[in-house]
Amino acid sequence: MKVELSKPIFDRNERFAAENRALFNEHGVFVLDLLASPGAGKTSTILATIAALRDRYRIAVIEGDIASDIDAQKIKAHGVPAVQINTGGACHLESDMIRRAVDALEIAEIDLLIIENVGNLVCPTDFDLGEHAKVMILSVPEGHDKPYKYPNIFARAEAVILNKYDTMPVFDFDEAEFRDVVRRLNATVPVFPMSATIGQGIEGWSEWLTARIEAQRVAIGR
Amino acid sequence: MHEMGIVSGILTASVEAAARENATGINEIRIRVGELTEIIDDALCFAFEALTPGTLAEGATLLVERVPGRSVCAECGNSFNHGRFDVTCPQCESFLCELVEGRELEIESIDIDLPDENDTGETP
Repeated sequence: MKVELSKPIFDRNERFAAENRALFNEHGVFVLDLLASPGAGKTSTILATIAALRDRYRIAVIEGDIASDIDAQKIKAHGVPAVQINTGGACHLESDMIRRAVDALEIAEIDLLIIENVGNLVCPTDFDLGEHAKVMILSVPEGHDKPYKYPNIFARAEAVILNKYDTMPVFDFDEAEFRDVVRRLNATVPVFPMSATIGQGIEGWSEWLTARIEAQRVAIGR
Repeated sequence: MHEMGIVSGILTASVEAAARENATGINEIRIRVGELTEIIDDALCFAFEALTPGTLAEGATLLVERVPGRSVCAECGNSFNHGRFDVTCPQCESFLCELVEGRELEIESIDIDLPDENDTGETP
């Protein structure tokens, strides 16, 4: 006998993601899911974003890593609440992990929650965490050919940060080709050249993020 | 990517649905997978073979229907299929296209054996 199911395979993940999003909207929290390879500069970008926006928004961070709490400690050292999730080998975060991490934060005291996903250009792409925007970082040393190899993440991101831009002179990175391929995958996505560790090029990114946060506040009527 | 997790999701949902019908076994599980997800068929089959023994789905066939990417051009309204790498409208070459299909990841249906059906005596 045939039984029709028509059920999402990530049913459980999608259910928790929807609950997370409802909780975030209820408290007026804007949530960013930050995706990149290991070493692209996710934590540095978070620190630069904190420096740029901490006067305007109350920020908290969820750090996803396979092991260790090094990243959460780095964030906490700047006086920003941070929770570390150790996935213990899993290559991406899922929405129920976020829910548990949020329980450890004072959600009423947060305007902007940044989730640093596990360093990986493949798996995190398919998992909704309940965020409002997925943003990806590519660093110059990784090469301009990455959108050919990992198209999905470029197609899904709402913004692309091109980090370590100051290293451009020493790498064979074709920025025009990079921008062209990204545009073919995701016509309207903005690309922000940035050097997070030295604070260069933060303005364009932080202006975009501010506009996105404010637009979300209007959308949920706050 | 995480085919083991996907297959375990498929199995949980299928076995639950089969148990609700008091099924004695699952013959076939049909799933739909969009071309724009990060799923590999071989890895799905490998995980399926590894995880099904001892469940109601032991010996079942996993049928994977691949759904091609399809977008609609925001400028000329053309609807077209495409692969993973280039979402440009073939008619007007615009990049402004909205994806409408290709990210599916769902269990479509299962085929089960019911105790009442088995009057041939083949199934216990």
